[in-house]
Amino acid sequence: MYDLRGVTKTYRRGKATVQALADVDLTIEDGGRLVIQGPTGGGKSTLLQMLGGLDRPTSGQVALDGTDLATLPEARLTRVRSENIGFVFQSFNLIPTLTAQENVETALVPLKLRAKDRRERAAEALESVGLGERLGHLPGEMSGGQQQRVAIARALVKRPKVLLADEPTGNLDESMRDEIMELLEGLWKEHGLTFVMVTHDSAIARRAPRLATIRKGRLTVTENAGA
Amino acid sequence: MFFTYLRRELRRRRKAALVVASGLALGIALVIVVNSVSAGMKQAQGEVLESLYGLGTDMTVTKAQEEPEEGGAVARPRFKFDASDGGEQSNDMLMVQGFETLSTSTVDTVARQDGVANAVGGLSLTSISVSGDFKPGEMKPAQPAQPGQKGSGGSGEVRGGGADFGVNSFTVFGTDVTEPELGPLTSSTLTKGRTFKTSETDAKVAVLDSAYAKKEDLATGDEVEVKGKKFAVVGIATADKGQPAANVYIPLKQAQTLADAKGKITTVYVKAADSQAISAVKDAIQKNVPDTTVTTSADLAKTVSGSLDTAAGLASTVGKWLSYAVLAAAFLVAGLLTSSAVSRRVREFGTLKALGWKSGRVTRQVVGEALVNGLIGGALGIAAGLAGAYAVTAVSPTLTAELGGGLRVAGPGGGGPAQDAAERTLDIALSAPVSLATIALAAALAIGGGLIAGGFGGWRASRLRPADALRRVE
Repeated sequence: MYDLRGVTKTYRRGKATVQALADVDLTIEDGGRLVIQGPTGGGKSTLLQMLGGLDRPTSGQVALDGTDLATLPEARLTRVRSENIGFVFQSFNLIPTLTAQENVETALVPLKLRAKDRRERAAEALESVGLGERLGHLPGEMSGGQQQRVAIARALVKRPKVLLADEPTGNLDESMRDEIMELLEGLWKEHGLTFVMVTHDSAIARRAPRLATIRKGRLTVTENAGA
Repeated sequence: MFFTYLRRELRRRRKAALVVASGLALGIALVIVVNSVSAGMKQAQGEVLESLYGLGTDMTVTKAQEEPEEGGAVARPRFKFDASDGGEQSNDMLMVQGFETLSTSTVDTVARQDGVANAVGGLSLTSISVSGDFKPGEMKPAQPAQPGQKGSGGSGEVRGGGADFGVNSFTVFGTDVTEPELGPLTSSTLTKGRTFKTSETDAKVAVLDSAYAKKEDLATGDEVEVKGKKFAVVGIATADKGQPAANVYIPLKQAQTLADAKGKITTVYVKAADSQAISAVKDAIQKNVPDTTVTTSADLAKTVSGSLDTAAGLASTVGKWLSYAVLAAAFLVAGLLTSSAVSRRVREFGTLKALGWKSGRVTRQVVGEALVNGLIGGALGIAAGLAGAYAVTAVSPTLTAELGGGLRVAGPGGGGPAQDAAERTLDIALSAPVSLATIALAAALAIGGGLIAGGFGGWRASRLRPADALRRVE
């Protein structure tokens, strides 16, 4: 469970001070699903980075299962990321020189599994996203949708508690968008993940049970009874 | 995963990798060639000095040159002939080269100094034989005076007459036959017959230089005459490099007797116990053995000039600094290229960190890639360097070493009575031996270059915060 209290994030851009998050309070139950929306520069990605332990707040607490990620030493924070949090990015962020299977394996490297186990689990993860036939393909040899499936397999192969997705359909066409969203929702249900997603897409936002809107760093959360 | 990732990245950036590896290869090849040529120069200089000293001699001790007294006569050979009688006359002279001698007891004094392993004395002599004949002039009666001329009207005048003399000169070295391992004869290789037996301290036996034996048509079993005494030729020796130390080698005692220099030597040849302590031994001898001049190989090396000296100078200055400059530039370029590659891969490294890769692991990946690049550069550089060194040895450019410059050369090869630095010219074929140490140095440079380049990139990669890395590409 996430429990954010009074989270503020400011940083300097030139001589100006930018407030990305202003006194944000937020709770996300285990297995919950939250969509974050808001204008560009409103603080959506910053909030997601706080949840993922990629950045630290200027003040406040970001607790994951009782552990405050804001004050956790870097080595332990790295460990939390490697074991508990899966990321999916808008630009897929695959390593262009590695095959689909090797890209998925990169998420297992910090877990110090045997190479054979890594390969088997990566193959299984790719199978689960429908890319069992594409293990040896390089990212450049796959479509955008397939690359995002590889990124999803990479996020889930370590069996995390949390899945954080930053505009996962932002670079995809409409048909591919629906395909990926169905996949993500299916996996969320199947694995009981805590799923937080940033999106500009209102159609996607409408499907979420909880919707967080962030403007100028201020967060408001609404329940979507119809979802 | 480490090696797969590394291999793929190097393949993806093979142009940049090739630039880095080529730069390092050039620097390392230059270091190998310059080092091996320098080693060849040292070897050549060593050969030049050995030709003067003989193997194993670290320094020589000679009588310090004294300023001639004001009004004092300078020692010169003088030949006296009586011109009153006609007919053939000859005058043999066997004189000490330089007219400066030391007592044989100096050998023991030198041998007792700290750090001296062995010392042996030698006497350098020059034999000059002048022979020919005078033809006295003839008294011719005076011609009667012609009218109108002033005639001598005397008893007559001496007409005709003159002299026809030839000079035969050769050098003789009195060697201590009991110490065959030290002294100038060690710079020659026996090609016929035998060398002296240690028991032949006062025997009338001689070893001839091969060039002199050929010129005089002498062979083993013949006899050579030194100041009217006949010596049995027991061996012929050929100088290893350049001119021989002497034309004729005879036992020291015989040389002293013939030159009327009993108990005298011209040079003490010294071998130091530790080749690293030559300077200290020199100081000890100069301090404790008065009125002597100590000349080490280093002193003699300073008198070497000519193309060998020029090339050695170039190798140790321009060559050395050029190779260092190229290496430094290669290291810098490698570092900057690696750092720039990290800048282009911020999203990649940010993603890996987001996935839970520790900074150390990302840094190791960057350093590993740079290290492999360095090793490729090192392998190419070593191959190019070996090829360069092989080419130098195959071409074997001939360098000329001129020995001289006012230093007293201890050996008897000077030829001139003044015994000043003989202006000897030796041709030395340059080689470029590559030692294991040079290869090890090249390998260390390759690893060092890789680590420096990796250090640049790794430092940048380690400082990368995943949020910043991902934010920068949005």
